[in-house]
Amino acid sequence: MNKNHRVPSNRTLGAVEVKSKFGAEFRRFSLDRSKPGRFDEFYRLLQHMHRIPNVDLLVGYADVHGDLLPINNDDNYRKAISVADPVLRLFLQRKEEADYSAFGLDTLTRPKKTVLAAMLLRPDANRKKPLVIISLPRDFRPVSSIIDVDILPETHRRVRLYKHGQEKPLGFYIRDGSSVRVTPQGLEKVPGIFISRMVPGGLAESTGLLAVNDEVLEVNGIEVQGKSLDQVTDMMIANSHNLIVTVKPANQRNNIVRSGGAASGSSGHSSDSGTSFYGYSSPGIALATTPADIIQNFHPEELESDEDDEDLVMEVDGEAMPIPRTSSASCTIPFIPRYMPHLDLRTTNGALASHNRSGSLRTLSTADSGLEGRSLEEEGTVITL
Amino acid sequence: MKRFRRHGQESHRDRIKQELYGFNKTVEHGFPHQPSALVFSPSLQLLAIGTRSGAIKLYGAPGVEFMGLHDENAAVTQVHFLPQQVDLVTLLDDNSLHMWTLRAHHGVSELLETGRFTLTGPPGAPPSVTRVTAVLTHSSGDMLFLGTEGGHVFVVEVPGFRELEERNISLENVTNSLPEDYGGRRILEHVESLQENPVNPLQVLIGYGRGIMVIWDLERHSAVKHIPATQQLESVWWTEDGGHVLSSHSDGSYCRWMVAGEGTQSEPEKSEVPYGHFPCKAISKIIQLPTEQGPPFLFLSGGMPRASYGDRHCISVIHSKTHVALDFTSRIIDFFVIRDGPDHTGDPSALVVLVEEELVVIDLQTEGWPVIQTPYLVPLHCSAITCSHHVSAIPLKMWERVLSAGALQNTHYSKKPWPITGGQNLSPDAPQRDLLLTGHEDGTVRFWDASGVCLYPMYKLSTAGVFLTDAEPNDNMNQCTEGEWPPFRKVGCFDPYSDDPRLGVQKIHLCKYSGYLTVAGTAGQILVLELNDEAAEQTVEATVADLLQGQESFRWKGHTRLEVREEPVTFPPGFQPFALVQCQPPAVVTALTLHSEWKLVTFGTSHGFGLYDYQQKSNVLVRCTLNPSDQLAMEGPLSRVKSIKKSLRQSFRRIRRSRVSLRKHHVNSAAKVQEANARLEAELAEMELAPVQRKIEARSSDDSFTGLVRTLYFADTFLSDSSHHTPSLWAGTNGGSVFAYQLRLPPVERRSEDPVSAHPAKEIQLMHRAPVVGIVVLDGHGSPLPEPLEVAHDLARSADMQGCHQLLVISEEQFKVFTLPKVSAKMKLKLTAIDGSRVRRVGVAWFGSSRSEDYGESGLTVLTNQGDLHVVSLPGVKLQVQYPCIRREDVSGIASCVFTKHGQGFYLISPSEFERFSLSARCVVEPRSLVEVPSQTPGTTLPRAQPDGPSVAHRNSTRDTDDVAVLQEIQKSLEGYQPTFLENNVKSALAGGKVLTNGD
Repeated sequence: MNKNHRVPSNRTLGAVEVKSKFGAEFRRFSLDRSKPGRFDEFYRLLQHMHRIPNVDLLVGYADVHGDLLPINNDDNYRKAISVADPVLRLFLQRKEEADYSAFGLDTLTRPKKTVLAAMLLRPDANRKKPLVIISLPRDFRPVSSIIDVDILPETHRRVRLYKHGQEKPLGFYIRDGSSVRVTPQGLEKVPGIFISRMVPGGLAESTGLLAVNDEVLEVNGIEVQGKSLDQVTDMMIANSHNLIVTVKPANQRNNIVRSGGAASGSSGHSSDSGTSFYGYSSPGIALATTPADIIQNFHPEELESDEDDEDLVMEVDGEAMPIPRTSSASCTIPFIPRYMPHLDLRTTNGALASHNRSGSLRTLSTADSGLEGRSLEEEGTVITL
Repeated sequence: MKRFRRHGQESHRDRIKQELYGFNKTVEHGFPHQPSALVFSPSLQLLAIGTRSGAIKLYGAPGVEFMGLHDENAAVTQVHFLPQQVDLVTLLDDNSLHMWTLRAHHGVSELLETGRFTLTGPPGAPPSVTRVTAVLTHSSGDMLFLGTEGGHVFVVEVPGFRELEERNISLENVTNSLPEDYGGRRILEHVESLQENPVNPLQVLIGYGRGIMVIWDLERHSAVKHIPATQQLESVWWTEDGGHVLSSHSDGSYCRWMVAGEGTQSEPEKSEVPYGHFPCKAISKIIQLPTEQGPPFLFLSGGMPRASYGDRHCISVIHSKTHVALDFTSRIIDFFVIRDGPDHTGDPSALVVLVEEELVVIDLQTEGWPVIQTPYLVPLHCSAITCSHHVSAIPLKMWERVLSAGALQNTHYSKKPWPITGGQNLSPDAPQRDLLLTGHEDGTVRFWDASGVCLYPMYKLSTAGVFLTDAEPNDNMNQCTEGEWPPFRKVGCFDPYSDDPRLGVQKIHLCKYSGYLTVAGTAGQILVLELNDEAAEQTVEATVADLLQGQESFRWKGHTRLEVREEPVTFPPGFQPFALVQCQPPAVVTALTLHSEWKLVTFGTSHGFGLYDYQQKSNVLVRCTLNPSDQLAMEGPLSRVKSIKKSLRQSFRRIRRSRVSLRKHHVNSAAKVQEANARLEAELAEMELAPVQRKIEARSSDDSFTGLVRTLYFADTFLSDSSHHTPSLWAGTNGGSVFAYQLRLPPVERRSEDPVSAHPAKEIQLMHRAPVVGIVVLDGHGSPLPEPLEVAHDLARSADMQGCHQLLVISEEQFKVFTLPKVSAKMKLKLTAIDGSRVRRVGVAWFGSSRSEDYGESGLTVLTNQGDLHVVSLPGVKLQVQYPCIRREDVSGIASCVFTKHGQGFYLISPSEFERFSLSARCVVEPRSLVEVPSQTPGTTLPRAQPDGPSVAHRNSTRDTDDVAVLQEIQKSLEGYQPTFLENNVKSALAGGKVLTNGD
């Protein structure tokens, strides 16, 4: 829409011209380029200018290429100011009008450490589409990543699929096959495990990091060589909440090329003999766009402490909470009738009908205690978390 | 420094591990699967059985057992002991001969293969020339006569397997000696039988398939006599006085022939078809044995009238006026007769019959010929085994009560001791009394003494009497009517037919202290039984447990509930049912636990679980675990079977289609053949492209059978707060859920009146959703809680109630320890994530150190779906050891595994055999027995040799010396080149090695 470039002479000026659009209304003002201030100040200024003090806003701006980019922190605010040429075009949107179904479901519970800021501000390819809702970086959630690029041979790829709590199925199938390996004795045909099918719309397919006929080499750091198809299946399912698969892609043309080249291709050449015919025609998708400068490494201890593996302990009324919880205040029920082990063998060992009615007084007291206990029970929480 | 120290600790731990754990497959209990050959050595008093899978098993006195396995995967077709020796020869159906010996080593005999041999014919000869059909071990003990399909008899020296070519009796030799007028002289067919003259070792009878028999003189190398039987020959018996030959034939007849006199005898002295008039089946084996006074015993196998009784498996025993056709439960493999007396030449005392599914021994000296109960080789599978349960260290009192209840059931057995007495059992006495309980398809529970090497039947409990079934107990077919012909008498107990599959026993739990037993079955029935020494007549009260709890959207499509007898039933002494719970829907019971101290039984199915108070005979709790979206669980077993059938049908169709398409294209013209080949290739390629594949998907709550209850557990522990421990019930499901209930029991004196109550306390959902297969609570010391009443009987240290208890949840994939009462994860072992194997069976065991008497550790014994055994330490849940045990394809073997409390276990290697194994270094039950060479001095061994097997001989002394002289002469004539041939010491030295050359 607004692609009219101006001469950069205006850059020398100290002020940035701001044109802010909210709904059908425009506001114009200027900012000092050298002292832009913080994002929250800017945000309040916008609310003030548009006279919408209590409306939550999504702030976006058009950059030099005409792309709509978000402003939601100090960094991208400063960036927006610095690239304004000279007019900074802002587009404001009500947050509640944004389509939240596109964002992650558990935005509040997810800890910050899993956020990968740098991956998120990729330019959107399709300009013709109506306004794309761009959320806060921490509202994004990784669904997959390539990790350990620095230590793996270039021919291999270690892919991490984040299942989290989402509904999307992992969505792939594996099969038996055979591959050719270089050994000190020469070429050797060995059995291997291969990806045989992708479920359309599944997590595996949507990431584009796995493809049909990729050979599976490891599951969560454990080699699959010598294991049966069923064993590998069980390993993958057991790790499904945080599955890390090392594959040798059937399509070797999208491999990440490293400048360092520190890792040596230790396991040599291998290829699925059954697939060489059409292996290269399989669609290798998003690899080219994956930023090569993000290197994530897989640490075994991460697996041990993975927070996804938390079991749920439920109370009687069904409210669920993850364990362990930090609150250590355990409320104890003051009066619970205590069970006395029946150690008297004469009574337990057969003659059932003989012992009874020994004292009505005691009966009364036990009935009382039973009642008290029950009333406590009905209140629900006997649980001490 | 630090690294060194840690290394030291590790090696210390390794040493402890070595002292605690050790894997051995120790003994096979039960009846060998698919037996194919039988032989008995009177001198050793040992019985040998060969099987279709190439195993050879020797049995003597109870506890004396040996087992060997041929490397070839071929069936054993014949087994023969060498007379008076500890060696035996086996013939496999790949035509190879194998020599086995029992060698004493450190005072214990071992069965070893010492040599193998295959006959080689002249170059260019067809294979039938050397295909062995009959084997005779000559009474000299060093010659084998091998009759072949081509009609030749080869002579081989043993134990070294050296062919004595000059002694072979070729078909040409025999045919040339035949009289011209014998019609069938051109075709004699194969050698059917080889028999040695019991009184003259120089004469051997060769019986040919066509019927003719030739008595051959070994010394003169010529035929002495021809016996021209006209019917197809089945077997030959040379009576022990040497005067007569009995032959049995394929038309159901047998003949008696006089041996005396040279030349051809044209007519038999006697010819009879015992079940005659109408066509009869073959008599496959005939034996006649004399008695001291009175008429001989005649044993005939088969010979039944073809049309009316052709399907019976019979052995007829005829003695004087008594004639009985013993009607067996399955195909007869072979039989032999044991004889009295120090030389085993007296009256027949017992008939031993090996049939396909059991071994039956008949006492021939007691009126009515009763059956002798076998101490081993018991048919575990007389009704198919559906589950098993092991109870260690049974108190003596309880043991005796079960024994006496069992004794009352065995009154129809003979009182005579077991007649096979070979070898000495050197195993130490079992350290404790162990019971193995097997549940069967027909609703019986069998109690086995599993303390030692012999799995001995103690008592049999039948649960069918509680229910109304189609078969009335009175329609017994054992009653034989007067005057019936043939005079059948049913023998044996193998009975694979179940009246009603719903009666099948699925779960068993026995309290060894109180004598309470609970048994649960296929149709959701749970019986509670009590051990009673007196017979009692009582009505069993039935309670229905509605596990659906009002979930009406479901429709059960499976079988109906069993109908309960409403009138009182008389129960014999033993375990008598007094309470019954019936689940609704009547799905198979999948988990069952009894707490005899609290008098509670808990049970689970695929729909939920319940808690039953058997003192007050009322349900305490019923909980539905069903996932509303799980339709499959509701449909019941029948529709599930259908779906499997359907998928099978589809795969068959696919195969057939591909075959049909291939055949269609294989028509005449070359082009079409080429096309077919191309097509075949394409199809093969397609098969390769569409291989078996597995879906990778996380488990979800919508999976099928998530509500199936896998495990139930009672514990007295800290469920809700850390200062009061209370009784609790724990249930684990297929969907990875654990439900915990707090139980409130009235005080002892009010136990029969005040209700027991259960309150939900906790629910744990394992995030990985794998089936929960075990739940254990560990006490303050980290040891598993003792069993109910164990502490009261001073047999276990009471649980530590001071320290913190821990909850161990074992899923198929993980071992996870939680704290109690605050359920927070403490430790875990992720088995599946590490090596892809899943827990199939788990047990808690105590491992004693083999080095120091007072050291031991608790651990989990685990069997995975890969067939591997693991020991996992407690409470640290660390893998200790791993041993491969069962083939991973053997799903039923893995499913049948049961662990003992002392690190042993059992699993089925066939429908009829348990393999016993041990993971403990201290607790090992294995056969240790010694078989000594029959005491004979070398010089006299040969001539005095009492031939073993069928050719038992009786001689007088004058004849003996004659024989010695003659025999030695022929031996000398044989071996001019080998002077040491006769010497026994050389032979025994050679027997030690596999290689036998010329003896130098």
